[in-house]
Amino acid sequence: MSFVSRGFRGRRTADVDPARVPPGQYVTRDFPVLSAGPTPHTSLELWDFSIVGELDEPRGWTWEEFRALPSEEITRDIHCVTKWSKLDTVWQGVSVDTLLEGIETAAEYVTQYSDGGYTTNLPLEDVTGGKAWVVFAYDGEPLAPEHGGPARMLVPHHYFWKSAKWVRGLQLQSTDEPGFWETNGYHNYGDPWQEQRYQGD
Amino acid sequence: MAGTALPGRLSWQLAELVEVVAETPRVKTTVFDVPGWPGHRAGQHVDVRLTAEDGYQAERSYSIASAPDGRRVALTVQRLEDGEVSPYLTDELRPGDKIELRGPIGGYFVWEPSEGGPLVLVAGGSGIVPLMAMIRTRAAAGSDTETRLLYSSRSPDDVIYRDELERLSGSGLTVVHALTDSQPPGWTGYARRVDAEMLAEVGPGPAERPRFYACGPTPFVEAVAEALVRLGHDPRAIKTERFGPTGG
Repeated sequence: MSFVSRGFRGRRTADVDPARVPPGQYVTRDFPVLSAGPTPHTSLELWDFSIVGELDEPRGWTWEEFRALPSEEITRDIHCVTKWSKLDTVWQGVSVDTLLEGIETAAEYVTQYSDGGYTTNLPLEDVTGGKAWVVFAYDGEPLAPEHGGPARMLVPHHYFWKSAKWVRGLQLQSTDEPGFWETNGYHNYGDPWQEQRYQGD
Repeated sequence: MAGTALPGRLSWQLAELVEVVAETPRVKTTVFDVPGWPGHRAGQHVDVRLTAEDGYQAERSYSIASAPDGRRVALTVQRLEDGEVSPYLTDELRPGDKIELRGPIGGYFVWEPSEGGPLVLVAGGSGIVPLMAMIRTRAAAGSDTETRLLYSSRSPDDVIYRDELERLSGSGLTVVHALTDSQPPGWTGYARRVDAEMLAEVGPGPAERPRFYACGPTPFVEAVAEALVRLGHDPRAIKTERFGPTGG
């Protein structure tokens, strides 16, 4: 690095292992909220979760059915493209592997879709193999609406916009289709360790 | 929006501080000269990167306050007591100093005069910054798009861009202040937090299909967006940008 900001010392956080913080990120203990529009409120009676697209028969669960699926506690670091990272966040949720169990598909991509019209895209292999969950609790409490409740995706190895709030389903696709932020200047893949924030990174 | 083509990678550029404007006791505007700046749309932001002598780096995002103006890019920064980057920008940086920045970034919370209105801008505190870029862009374009700004501040001293807003008022722009904590003597305006009743009074109603941009702290934006939906406005016409107490 040739350029040095005169007089800038920075504030390193002593109790944080730098190896856990991706480039350009800083660690926060708060849980900031970021979304593009109003928070949707869908009652649990009307809520369902679907797997649609390239599979023989779409799958769906009511809230009750979804909550009856085996779930697990997940502890992961999360990284938002707006620069904050939060370490050791604790969630409760259903693995995407559980939701896709037994499904045969030629799809190589998946679009998460949400109440309010939000979408985000990933290769299917990035949400399978124990890498992604549909979570319904944070820190032992039901997930608050502003954080994506009643249920949101958790795909912690990508920037957090790849973890859709208010998620209602997964669409399996043979072609990659850029989602909401991906068509608004943000990176298509969003790996925080490669600092893939914006298109072209 | 789909398929918006952006030129290659947004690379880091050296930007030189050319002017500092004290806006309020805690807020300053820093104006940078950025060679090769490609221009921007109102509402977009930049990433700022600072590097210490030992190579340690810190990055933050800041909304652009200015209308497109050649190589000049203005950032209005609120000093956060516990911040890492904002105190450096507001207190340490002097004209002639350089920082690294890249941008413009963001294709959703943006407005261009050709998009028209009516426009309702709802600002909480320093959430005014990207909305001011819209107001300035509107003025620079000579647009008469009907625009209403509802701007919530704690006290008169906390109002950013006060004189400029007053100057730009008229020709389709209405500015309404809400002062939540303290008001000057004889104040007849709003003296409470933004609520549904206030939003309805500021208008326009859902029948006129206004487009909303709300920016401020998370609880503020949550309350505004929820009230607008309750008043019958189309959720898809409500664009929000929130920031938490962190942000540095």
